[in-house]
Parts: sequence; structure tokens; C-alpha cells
Amino acid sequence: MAVLELRRISKSFGAIRALEAVDLTIGGGEVIGLMGDNGAGKSTLVKIIAGNFPPTSGAMLIDGAEVHFSKPIEARRRGIEIVYQDLALCDNLTAAANVFLGREVKRWFGPIRYLDHKSMYDRTAEIFSELKSETRPRDVVRRMSGGQRQAVAIARTRLSDPKLVLMDEPTAAISVRQVAEVLDLIRRLKETGHAVVLISHRMPDVFAVCERVAVLRRGRKVADKPITDSSPEEVTALITGALHEA
Amino acid sequence: MTESAERRTADVSDVTGQQSEGGLQRIVNTQPFWVLVALIIICIFMGTISDTFLSERNLFTTTRNFAFMAIVALGMTTVIVTGGIDLSVGSVMGLSGIMAGITLAAGYPLWFGLGACLLSAMAAGAVNGFIIAYFRMSPFVVTLGMLAIARSLALVVSNNRMFYEFGPDQPLFLAIGGGRTFGLANPVWALIVLTLIFMWLYRYSTWGRYVFAIGGNYEAAKLSGVPVERVIVSVYVVSSLMAGIASFLMVGWLGSVTNALGQTYELQVIAATVIGGANLMGGSGYAIGAPIGAALVEVIRNSLLLAGVDPYWQGTFLGGFIILAVLLERIRGRRSE
Repeated sequence: MAVLELRRISKSFGAIRALEAVDLTIGGGEVIGLMGDNGAGKSTLVKIIAGNFPPTSGAMLIDGAEVHFSKPIEARRRGIEIVYQDLALCDNLTAAANVFLGREVKRWFGPIRYLDHKSMYDRTAEIFSELKSETRPRDVVRRMSGGQRQAVAIARTRLSDPKLVLMDEPTAAISVRQVAEVLDLIRRLKETGHAVVLISHRMPDVFAVCERVAVLRRGRKVADKPITDSSPEEVTALITGALHEA
Repeated sequence: MTESAERRTADVSDVTGQQSEGGLQRIVNTQPFWVLVALIIICIFMGTISDTFLSERNLFTTTRNFAFMAIVALGMTTVIVTGGIDLSVGSVMGLSGIMAGITLAAGYPLWFGLGACLLSAMAAGAVNGFIIAYFRMSPFVVTLGMLAIARSLALVVSNNRMFYEFGPDQPLFLAIGGGRTFGLANPVWALIVLTLIFMWLYRYSTWGRYVFAIGGNYEAAKLSGVPVERVIVSVYVVSSLMAGIASFLMVGWLGSVTNALGQTYELQVIAATVIGGANLMGGSGYAIGAPIGAALVEVIRNSLLLAGVDPYWQGTFLGGFIILAVLLERIRGRRSE
């Protein structure tokens, strides 16, 4: 069964139609690339799935049941985790504090509840080693490289063992070596049975890790096919509009 | 295989430049540590040139004086860590001090006076916090408004009278604020206990964690499900509560209260907070920085007096120190980047 199914999702902002009747189905453990030019509707679609705002019309189903989100926390409770483009990390906190932000592990001492630093550090170290990342739980995010920040942002999503991880331009602002690290992280997510939607501008990244590619142009889905049946040239043509549909 | 092994070693060498420091290193890297060093040097210097500075009497007065300031600075530090500021603490001290005075003078018991003092303070903080958190208004503007409002309410309530007779519990009231226990002024004990509580809250409570998260990245905290609005309200309530506690102790020490209590106190408190290492941009600050910063402000004030400098100059030094502290923070921040 599909982890997430979007049925004829449309979104208007006043007179502007950001999305028009977009269908998208994501199976368990599937890695799908969502591509499109600036303003094609990628971010709007991500924000709808993430619960930032509701669609104007259309239905969203998780495991076959219809859902309505009004806040990001509701999407998270239903097993959807988002890695935001700007990563949404607190620079002044440690990696572990970021991973557990809003979900701190607490212990009781008589009537007093306090943060269980040790178990949070240990669990974070565990997740980083699962992700085969060298990031250390006690390091402060401010002093991390772009790749390490990605690892922290992705580690956050691992805490709840989500069904689906949405990644918004995770490789936009980092060095080449760090891109390779992030792509490894995505493969690791797939190996552990998590579905991933990778929103990206970068053709090589999508073709390196995705099984399927969906292309948006001016709010419409113009292609949705296995990566093996497509090519970077075809996708580029679809994004720019040189090719109408595929 | 070899390629991935190579990458792994590259990672390690990358990481060595960013090691998390050991305990001692971490303490040495903080501003309160260096301010404490400066404080000790000034004390030694003053001790050698002045006979009175290290006298028991002068130390007692100095510690008591900075205790009031430091208690308020604990709340201020918390506000500043979230990226806010609370300009209303001095006026809140005036209002809550008058509330304590007027209820005690009317013959109510001490607990009632304490309740009136702290609740009126917290109400002012709740108004600040509510407007800042839910209407997303600038803390500077809102608390500046409260600075005027609370001071004016203190005038309205007191009708510009002075209170110096505190009803049946007067001896106890004066003893709490003005007395001493085991050689230390009672406000100093209050400061020690409150500092320990704040240190614990910053490190071990979810609330403390959220305060720092909001100061670090408001949007990220919100997206992570942190109840940012409620935390912000609580921070301003706590700041006002500290002002109320300081005011209650101060009125007991002074033995009288007028609506002018705590006037321009916000300036000293913000100076103490910033010197204690709280970053006005939000996201960093230390509970221990409040007493250390307040101690430095008070010791310098005291030293200038003992050195015979005209007290009219105090504002110049205080203002200069605020600017200097922020400047040092800026330079340090640039170097670590």
C-alpha cells in the first residue's frame, strides 16, 4: 500500500494557482525525486505534505486513510518528517540537543523531572553510527560543516522511525564531498525501509539515488516515471518546457 | 573500499579542528570566567590601596548591594537568552514594592504582602510576555511601555505617599530584607539559592532547553514543536518575578518604600547581565554570569566612591561598561567564526 497518496491536490494563493490537480503516490521504502524550476510548485507541495498549510482542494491519504493537517506537528505524528532547506537547526545547541528538540528524554527524581542528557547523547551517537556519520553528539552545531549539519537534520528524522522523509534541497549549499555524504545518508534511509522524497535542483543527485522522478512545471505534474526509463536530458527538457509531457 | 576509507580519514581530520572541549577548557572559554578574573584583580588592587575596601563592613555592604541587582539579572539573563530584553524591571520593582508596602501598612500579614508584591510583578510580566509572544511585537517597545505604565501605576496606587510602617509583621519583614544569617546578608543567601536554581533550570529542565532553543533559532524551535509562545510569556513572568523578589527584600532592607524604588535600575541590571556574558542577539548566557556581572558593576561603583571620584560620574562608567561588554562580545564572536 502507498505510504502517501496525493489525489488531485490544488492550491491557490489569491489569483495565483500554485498547484493544479497534482497526483502523487509514494510506496514504502521508495526514493522519489521531485524536480522542477523555481516557482514550479515544489515548495508549495512540500509545505502541504508537511502540514504548513492545507490544500485548496484534493485529498491526502496516509496508509490509505485520509488526513488533514493544520500544523507541522500533526504531520510528524503521522510519520512524516521534514528536512528543511535551511535545516531548521539551533546553532547554539549541541547535535544531541537539536536531534531531541521538542522530544527531550526526561527522568524523574521524586517529583522533579529533569533532562536525561546521557541517554540523549547515547541515542544520538547510535543514530550517527547507523548513518555512518562522523558527527559527534556533544559538538555544537555552530562549528559544524554543511555535511555534518545535514547529518544532524537527518538524524532528527530518525528519532521517530518515520514512514516518509521529505528533503527540501538538502544538497543546495554544500561542498562536493559533503554532497556525497548526504547521498549516502539518503541511501541509508532507503536501506532501513524509509520512503524519501528528494526535492532537488541537482540532476546528478536525483539520478544517483532515486528510483523514480516526478517533474512539476507551473503547478502541474508533467512526468512521473522510473529513473531507468528517463534521462537527465529528458528531465531537463521537461523542467524547461521544451518537452511538454512524458 | 579504499575510497570510502580515505574519505573516513578525511572526516576525522576535519573533525579534530572542532573538538568539543573538556570541562576546564569549556569554563575558561566563557565570559563569566574572565569577568571573575577581572573582578578578583580589581579586588586585590583595591585591597592594597584602600584600607576600607576589604574591611568586613565594606564587603558586607557590597555583597548585599549587588545581590539585589544580581537577582533581577538572573531573570534578565533568561529574557536576553531568548533574544528579548526587559526594560520594565525597575518600574516593576517600584510597583511591586508599593504593593508590599501598602498591604503591610494596612495591617495585612507578611504572607499577604509578599503575595501582593509577587503577583503584581508577575501580572506586569504576563502582560509583557503575552503581547510580545502573541502579537509578535518588539520586546524593546513593549517593555518600554511597561516601564512607563508600572511606574505610573505605582504612583496611582501609592498616591505619592511613602510607606514606612509595615503593620504587625514589621520586625520580621525588616529582618528578612535587612538582617544577616551566618555573616552574610539575607539577600545574598536569596541570590545564592536562586542562582543555583537557575543553573539547574538552564542545564536540566526542558524549559531551560527551550529558552536557549528559541534564542538560537525561533523558527526551528517552533517547527520542532516547542511551545514558543508559552515559553516567551513565562520568561517575562520570571523576569518580573525576580524584580518582585528583589523589591520585597529591598523594601525590608530600606525600611521604607516610595514609588521611586528601582528607578533606572534596569540600566544596572542590563549592564550586569551583558557583562556576565549574555549575548543581546540571543542564544547564549550564563546563570552564574548574573551574580558575577552584578558583582563587577557594584565593585567598580564602590571602588570609584572609595577612590573619591565624584558619584556624578557613575552613569558614565556604567554606560561605558555596557558598550565595552557588547563590543568585546562582538569581537569574540567574529574570531570564533
